[in-house]
Amino acid sequence: MSPPVKILGAFSSAFTHRAEVALRLKGVPYELIQEDLSNKSELLQKHNPIHKKVPVLLHGDRAVCESLVIVEYVDEAFDGPPLLPVDPFDRATARFWARFLDDKCSTSYWLALWTEGEVQKGSVKEIKENLALLETQVKGKRFFGGDTVGYLDIAASAFVGHWLSVFEEVAGVTLVTDAEYPDLCRWAKEYTSHETVKQCLPEREKLLAHFTASKDFIVSAVKSMTPK
Amino acid sequence: MAGEKSLVLLDFWVSPFGQRCRIALAEKGLEYEYSEQELLGTKSDLLLRSNPVHKKIPVLLHAGRPVNESLVILNYLDEAFPASPPLLPADPYARAQARFWAAYSDKVYEVGTRLWKLKGDAHGQAKKEMAEVLANLDGELGDKAFFSGDEFGFVDVALVPFAPWLPSYEKYGEFSVKEKWPRLDAWARRCGERESVAKSLHPPEKVDEFITLLKKHYGIE
Repeated sequence: MSPPVKILGAFSSAFTHRAEVALRLKGVPYELIQEDLSNKSELLQKHNPIHKKVPVLLHGDRAVCESLVIVEYVDEAFDGPPLLPVDPFDRATARFWARFLDDKCSTSYWLALWTEGEVQKGSVKEIKENLALLETQVKGKRFFGGDTVGYLDIAASAFVGHWLSVFEEVAGVTLVTDAEYPDLCRWAKEYTSHETVKQCLPEREKLLAHFTASKDFIVSAVKSMTPK
Repeated sequence: MAGEKSLVLLDFWVSPFGQRCRIALAEKGLEYEYSEQELLGTKSDLLLRSNPVHKKIPVLLHAGRPVNESLVILNYLDEAFPASPPLLPADPYARAQARFWAAYSDKVYEVGTRLWKLKGDAHGQAKKEMAEVLANLDGELGDKAFFSGDEFGFVDVALVPFAPWLPSYEKYGEFSVKEKWPRLDAWARRCGERESVAKSLHPPEKVDEFITLLKKHYGIE
């Protein structure tokens, strides 16, 4: 019998969602251990000493860190429908766009939502351009992965859809509208209503309450990300 | 003469990200055409068409189709050429570890760049972070010959191109890798003995000259 699978995560974390949805799509049962991110447990610090972040996947005595690394690990370690495409070139394309989100879009995404003035203006322009590029990957398809939810859908969920709509409401900033991003919006609806995905999407009201309460903290944390 | 080669690498001579790909291609015994790109001047149409999102090298063209981002290229080479010696180990957990540490190795360049670009508090912060990054890498390497054990592999390919940059970082950061992290220092020399690495990397003096050139380019004294 396969060793037990646990996720060290936080309900509010879109990156934790990535790990959870990967396991659910593969049909792998797991236990979710909720971390208090303001008071990180010894378990988290032991298993992710480098970044001290959630999610961490614990599979028996193995610890896997970084959400996208976790998704690939889940794809390779467990049987079940593939999360990444089969063809090497398509796999490379999916990985490229996932890295595009996490590496290139991250900073402008946070700055666009949580800053003001010139910094915000510049960041909004940048993130909107980047989202338009991302949208090209889902045009004419139900999911980024084609007919089924895959790696890039899982990656994109941290930036577009469920979490973004909460951030937009709390921050009072609109980045994505139906008119400007018809394919991304269509995708977001498909993704969040998918029968497996919705099992591990936190309730919107709870997310809203959480981020409303954390707003001041987020704003000051993002200030320190502002480029010089 | 046969048509154009199946593999073309758009690259820039001193780029460590490009060197990752050169080392990988050599380790896998794959023939390719190397295409030096103009980066500080006008970028070629081919580059702009192949990587419209980032407009950066390295780009691997395989039968004309572009693969971008150095680590994506390394994964691609393993998957598209399964008969060639693999860079990644077979076991899923070992692969996850390799992917984690290869991505982490990017920090050497990111923090190193801040070391020579920035001054004052920001420079101090970069010094502190560089020490953390190198300590973490040294810790992960431990007493092994290479990052995954006895075999030269994915993480080594990802990290070793930064080795010729370390003497410059040492100068700007006022530290010594050999003194503080001798295992890492020994690892770099060990990797340098491999033909693929020796042929792909440039000596530290050349890298330092390039940094000086970049500083002029950015107007940094």
